[in-house]
Amino acid sequence: MSNMKDMTGEQIRKKYLRDGMLPTIFCNGCGHGLSIDYVLWAIEELELDIDKVSFASGIGCSSRIPGYMNADGLHTTHGRALAFATGLKAALPENDVIVFTGDGDCTGIGGNHFIHAARRNIDMTVILLNNYIYGMTGGQLAPTAPKNSISTTSPYGNIEHAFNISELAVALGAAYVARWPVSYPYQPIKSIKEGIQKKGFSLIELMSPCPTAFGRRNKLGKIDALWDWYDNNAILVEDYDRIMNFGSEEEKAGIQGKYKIGVFQNLEKPGFIAEYAKLVNRVTAADDAKFGGDL
Amino acid sequence: MTNERDPVRIRRVLGNKVQFIQGDMAVAYGGLLAGCSFFGGYPITPASEVAEGMARLLPRVKGTFIQMEDEIAGIASTIGAAWGGAKSMTATSGPGFSLMMENYGYAIMTETPCVIANVQRTGPSTGQPTLGAQGDMMQVRWGSHGDMEAIALCPSTVQECLDMTIECFNLAEKYRHPVCLMTDGEIGHLREKVVIPDEDEMELFERVLATIDKDKFIPFSESQTRDSKVPDFPTFGSGYHTYVTGLTHNDKGFPATDKQPDHERLILRLISKITDDREKLTSVEEIELDDAEVAFVSFGASARPCESAVWEARKKGMKVGMLRLKTVWPFPRDVVTQLSKKVKKIIVVEMNLGQIYHVVKEFAVKDCEVILAPKVGGDMHLPHELMEYLEVSN
Repeated sequence: MSNMKDMTGEQIRKKYLRDGMLPTIFCNGCGHGLSIDYVLWAIEELELDIDKVSFASGIGCSSRIPGYMNADGLHTTHGRALAFATGLKAALPENDVIVFTGDGDCTGIGGNHFIHAARRNIDMTVILLNNYIYGMTGGQLAPTAPKNSISTTSPYGNIEHAFNISELAVALGAAYVARWPVSYPYQPIKSIKEGIQKKGFSLIELMSPCPTAFGRRNKLGKIDALWDWYDNNAILVEDYDRIMNFGSEEEKAGIQGKYKIGVFQNLEKPGFIAEYAKLVNRVTAADDAKFGGDL
Repeated sequence: MTNERDPVRIRRVLGNKVQFIQGDMAVAYGGLLAGCSFFGGYPITPASEVAEGMARLLPRVKGTFIQMEDEIAGIASTIGAAWGGAKSMTATSGPGFSLMMENYGYAIMTETPCVIANVQRTGPSTGQPTLGAQGDMMQVRWGSHGDMEAIALCPSTVQECLDMTIECFNLAEKYRHPVCLMTDGEIGHLREKVVIPDEDEMELFERVLATIDKDKFIPFSESQTRDSKVPDFPTFGSGYHTYVTGLTHNDKGFPATDKQPDHERLILRLISKITDDREKLTSVEEIELDDAEVAFVSFGASARPCESAVWEARKKGMKVGMLRLKTVWPFPRDVVTQLSKKVKKIIVVEMNLGQIYHVVKEFAVKDCEVILAPKVGGDMHLPHELMEYLEVSN
């Protein structure tokens, strides 16, 4: 297995990105570009054959990422990436399927597909870039938007409750669920690697700052300050649990409203593809027994 | 799990050559015979039996059946499976067909071969779930947004449900287009005799896969290996690194969302790859048209009472015939124009309040009168009702 020290970021981008599509559409200070690097590092470290990796995505800023990868990519309709990817994986079970999606794409318009892909435990790795806003369309309210946050469609503050995507995936029994801010370089790569290797459905939720559409309207300051806000408002799930179990009242109060980060679920359970292959073996064996082996 | 067609397993699973089955089941049989290895669908009356058939049949030929979470996912998974190398299909009825419209357009835009069976029922909205209709004939043509061409076949018998499903797959592969089998609740639930074609009695058009050098391959342009406007297919996993997008794209597949010439060139090719072959790919049946003065034009279930009316009229000495459109889209416009030059009057018989009637009128010469014999509400036309249209004519 190659070591991260063997290559520079520039080398790895040169190896895997499609020249004709660059530069990316991403704004200054956007976190999405880092997720490209993290996925590429994971692919490099796992020594995957890029011909046998298929990307899929829906619509939105994050969903443009497969276009930058010099690999097969299915850029589908808004919210439907997981449904497309389900068919793709079933027809091409030997390929690794990696889906890029956003909070609006995956849990707004695509929420139904998300819950069923997780429930079905279909073998794929979902990189969900959560920027808490509809970025590409200019900053409308996302289902993940924090209470009271400002968007173009919640100009007086958001009165709804935010969707906690990772907690939902845990409840659905997804095989692997992790959440990290994109500003943490190593943990996302490790989680993406674990996700790709995992049989079944993996969700890696990456908190990705959107200075243009989210930070600016919510007065979170310039790019550096916004990135700091993400870091300062995240707490490792192990720390959170320790404080809630054993911490002082003051400590407990201090972590309320923070985003839990870390690996939330890591289960060994057969994925859909393995279960379906078992079913096929069972019924074809019964046919063979009935009709004889004269295939 | 494999996308390889296995004739021995298919024959084992289908059983006897002559059977008495429902139209919906015949659609499933046709899919299996064509080599379909993926079905993604969602239950809906009166199309559920297609999914039920596939759920029973596909695992036994090592194909994949998945009951998806809705019809949007049904067609999405079907398109995804096509890019993974499967011949794939879904089946639905009106409300589900409405939900599929966005991804139907995606399949057209991305030139994805797949088959959609729409077992039509009355609408709008939930309508009459168990009753047949032909109200989606314009939806299949224009239901997704933007400019496009459609390929749609209409079976009138259970045998045709089987045969035309195979034909839908052939056309889907040949033109890299989502092809619709526009059947209906009457034919879908009708039981009739079917004869399962042997291997040497069927023709299958197999997907033309990309074979040229990877660095020379152009995924969204005319074929580089044949005289065809349809590009060769770069299955995912075969190393071509194809980017597939519903955005307007250039011939490399890269987004060209702000370039008018790219859009025009793409859309004109997507349409003309089908309309150039209009005569080749459309199919009609002509009954007693040689000396006819009045002609019924019909398709699907409503062609059945029409045919009865033709024989009834002939017994009475009336010069009546019928043109049955087996292919409704692309519209066999020259056939209709020629017919309109021969007869004085055309009566368009359809189970809606006038859809294909308008198209017939568009392509009939002015001297020929075109009238509509509509029927809605789930009852089929009765032959004697159609006779009344003839008696008014005379």
